[in-house]
Amino acid sequence: MSADAAPGPAPSTARRLHDVPTVPGAPKPDPILVADKVSRRFGGLTAVDVDHIEIQRGVITALIGPNGAGKTTLFNLLTGFDRADTGSWTFEGTPLAGKPAYRVAHAGMVRTFQLTKALSRLPVIENMRLGATGQRGESLWRAMLPFTWRAQEAAITERADELLHRFKLHALRDDFAGSLSGGQRKLLEMARALMSEPTMVMLDEPMAGVNPALTQSLLGHVKDLREQGMTVLFVEHDMDMVHDIADWVIVMAQGSVVAEGPPDVVMADPVVIDAYLGVHHDAPATEAEERQQLAEVESRLEKEFSSPDDDSEAAEPALGARDEH
Amino acid sequence: MAIGVVPRVARTLALVLAGLFVAVLAGAAFAPLAQASGSTESIRGTLEERTADDERIPVPGVRIAIEGEGFEGEGVTDENGDWLVELPGPGSYTAALDESTLPDEVVLRDAEDNPWSGEVRTGRSQVVRFNLGEGVARSASTLDRILERGSVGLRFGLLLALAAVGLSLIFGTTGLTNFAHAEQVTLGGLLGYTFAAGMGVPLVLAAVMVLIAGALFGWTQDAALWKPLRRRGTGIIPMMIVTIGLSLFARSVVQAFYGSSPRSFPHRSPVVDLGPTRLTVYDYVTMGVAAALLVAVAYVLLRTRWGKATRAVSDNPALAAASGINVDAVVRGVWTVGAALAALGGMFLGLSQQVSAQMGVNMLLLMFAAVVLGGLGTAFGAMAGALIVGVFIEVSTIVIPTEIKNVGALAILILILLVRPQGMLGRRERVG
Amino acid sequence: MDWNSLVANSFHAAFGVNAIAYAIAAIGLNIHFGYTGLLNFGQAGFLAVGAYGTAISIVHFDVPYFLAALIGMSMAVLLALLLGLPTLRLRADYLAVATIAAAEIVRLVIGSTVYARWTGGSSGFSGAFSNAFYNANPLPNETLHFGPVSVTPNRAWFMIVGWSLVAVIALLVWLLVRSPWGRILKGIREDEDAVRSLGKNVFARKMQALIIGGVIGSIAGIALVTGERAVLPNVFGTQLTFFFWTLLLLGGVARVLGPVLGAVILWLVFAVTESILRSGASAGWVPEALVSQSQIGLIRVMLVGLGLMLLMIFRPQGIVGDRRELAFDVR
Repeated sequence: MSADAAPGPAPSTARRLHDVPTVPGAPKPDPILVADKVSRRFGGLTAVDVDHIEIQRGVITALIGPNGAGKTTLFNLLTGFDRADTGSWTFEGTPLAGKPAYRVAHAGMVRTFQLTKALSRLPVIENMRLGATGQRGESLWRAMLPFTWRAQEAAITERADELLHRFKLHALRDDFAGSLSGGQRKLLEMARALMSEPTMVMLDEPMAGVNPALTQSLLGHVKDLREQGMTVLFVEHDMDMVHDIADWVIVMAQGSVVAEGPPDVVMADPVVIDAYLGVHHDAPATEAEERQQLAEVESRLEKEFSSPDDDSEAAEPALGARDEH
Repeated sequence: MAIGVVPRVARTLALVLAGLFVAVLAGAAFAPLAQASGSTESIRGTLEERTADDERIPVPGVRIAIEGEGFEGEGVTDENGDWLVELPGPGSYTAALDESTLPDEVVLRDAEDNPWSGEVRTGRSQVVRFNLGEGVARSASTLDRILERGSVGLRFGLLLALAAVGLSLIFGTTGLTNFAHAEQVTLGGLLGYTFAAGMGVPLVLAAVMVLIAGALFGWTQDAALWKPLRRRGTGIIPMMIVTIGLSLFARSVVQAFYGSSPRSFPHRSPVVDLGPTRLTVYDYVTMGVAAALLVAVAYVLLRTRWGKATRAVSDNPALAAASGINVDAVVRGVWTVGAALAALGGMFLGLSQQVSAQMGVNMLLLMFAAVVLGGLGTAFGAMAGALIVGVFIEVSTIVIPTEIKNVGALAILILILLVRPQGMLGRRERVG
Repeated sequence: MDWNSLVANSFHAAFGVNAIAYAIAAIGLNIHFGYTGLLNFGQAGFLAVGAYGTAISIVHFDVPYFLAALIGMSMAVLLALLLGLPTLRLRADYLAVATIAAAEIVRLVIGSTVYARWTGGSSGFSGAFSNAFYNANPLPNETLHFGPVSVTPNRAWFMIVGWSLVAVIALLVWLLVRSPWGRILKGIREDEDAVRSLGKNVFARKMQALIIGGVIGSIAGIALVTGERAVLPNVFGTQLTFFFWTLLLLGGVARVLGPVLGAVILWLVFAVTESILRSGASAGWVPEALVSQSQIGLIRVMLVGLGLMLLMIFRPQGIVGDRRELAFDVR
């Protein structure tokens, strides 16, 4: 763990985290997102059961945990892509629980996805333009009257071009997004999210599937977001990266928050090491392990047929490998 | 897309089509070519009594008087209930059914039908329908009617389940919504008719032959068309549209050879008087066979290695493949078994109702309803869904007209999609 | 071969009632599938409610033709709402099954004897309902001749109005799909979750697309029955929807003029095959039975089925489609 590679303590807000106790659900001096008693069950299994969580404004917070810990599910709940069984949360003081995903985005909380969602058969520039909010021409009636939205469209295009330059995608401006490489798609998705001028960006595994050459550039962009005053919450597996850019780390295991604190503190925490080593069985190393996994799947199938109400996600721990690779 | 695979797919496609033609030609040898309608105008129709259990019995010897454009003529129904009156030219005509020539136990369902009047256009053979039903003498108490309809529904539900299991299994293992599944039912019905009625093969042997023919058809279809398409990485939606094309093509080829008029098996079996129910011996036998086969499918899925592999593929093909399961072999098996069961279901349905080129497609949406109701992709769901749909359709005829009984089932299909899209036994999928 | 009749038949097939109605219906379907990615397999149902809404208003309530057409179109709005509310939140293939079921419900209900008092049952309505349209014909009352092609004044009137309608609708669609609104539709087609994450109300846009495509479908239905001067329930079977799909794939998905091109080509192919078969029959090398009215219909379905399979396998982008757009596996 290369402590010297860590960034200098970022703006004043990050420094204010020094006084925050390193306990799960610790209160923050200036939280942008506060969630209480958020739970989501699939069949008989609890995927998420978070008692209390606060995200500090203007810093980069990492959300880590073993497969099936419920990180992506929590993301889905907070951003309106899944419905929580219980719980409430506020973003900048506005309650968002139960709000549809597009309202969440309108409120200024924009997310990306683990499996990149580039809009393949649209050119890169159209992907970007789509990200802008409050477009007049998105109303059905005004759409038919181009003169009502032409000026705004030009302004949006200008902003999109600037962002494309910044993300070094400008040469691909008129290519179909589907022709981009995995890393370029991640960049495009991030740039597109910025088109909506969010206050908080939620990145679901921004580094997954990105070739090493692009990693540094992506890292730089994430840090840039903080410099520009945005709040970042991201899910990541790569501990070096977490250590490198996160100001604060929240650890989840089996659906709840088990630890939080600055990267150095958290990574030395025995609870965290336990959580990782205890449940971790990502990528079976031997044939025996592989057979063991198949047996698990089979026994789960048996169970499913006896209890029809089960959900596929009930098996997140067993099948986590599929989703989080 | 790789250029190399195109000729292979073209070749295999040609193979499927050729195979289809051969199969149909074989059937056509025993079925006369469709009657070509004449070029002059005429009025025609078929008089059938529609009994409470939806059997259609032709009514012969009924007189229909035609009048119009200075012309007067009369038609008499033959032993198939068919009648036809040639006209001197286009124009407006009336057709009046002489109710005194109807048998005593048969009545006109809707007095407004008689007389019919309307336009006959140039070159058209206008079809006039008179709906006939059972006379009042046969009506019974509500409970009796529910039992009676329920028994018919149970029979239909079992046969529907037999036909729909394959649809569900194929969806489960490959994600494909197979619109051409209907044609496998039709194929079974028509081949069964050809074997048993055309060639005089005993019914039991004919059923076995249909089962084998269906299996062969399913195997060949997957080998020649679907597997190559999967290999090419053709998406699910394009494949679904290919099944629609195949369905339209196969149905029109079959209809070109068998004609459009429905046929009935000449085989008759006595009615078993069991309370108010009026099912025949054949009905009980086909229900028994269907139930036994469904139990066998369930056993295979739950207890055998192949069945477990099938369920593993349905659950997660990638993981199943990674675990050493031969996904292609599983899918091939599913196509073979599914098509065989659908074909047998078609023959059994033909035995109790009629066979025609449209029989499969007429029940396709009911199969979808059954599969969706039970939960897409779960074999057990399809079985349960089919039984419910079958009984619901038949019992509902006590309240709604028989003619639109399927509307109820289709409305339920849409309702289920609203309330519980994963069906009764299905699982919800992951979002995001 | 009789070249004159081939030319005349081809003209009427490529530019006649069917080509016009099919082109309009497929433009609507193109909004659904081509731009928004909605698998609507029940377009025939929208045509049916349009046609019957119009005909019933005229026959039973004496409503003026134009107002009746508006009523027919509002029926399509109603159908789209009924259909969209439960199904638009669901996966693509569920929508496919739901739409095909809804269209069948519409067809079964309008064709049944139960409501025959209103719908005319299986024999529908004769041509009288469209009299107002033809009475408004300003053309001189004499048949026009262009070489071997002759066009009656009523036919000419219908073709002028019909193709103008095609042009106006195509123009509207062109404006719509080039706007930010159209961009959202295309985004939804590619990945609706991504669009949702960018703050767009996906459900509302899908509903708008379903309604607009459906209303365009109902216009096609009104055009079809006005041109044919008859309203028959069995015209609106599922097969009709699949004809639209075929011509849409033939002409090019997500192209404004794709459906128009597809409709013209489809009907040209029908006319030419029919001519070849007929001249073959009179020359004796095609059995007479093959060219009867019902068999010609079957041959059309056969061609459509085969065409649908081959197009989907070998040229899913259609004749004028852009191959690049299909280079990526989207779903």
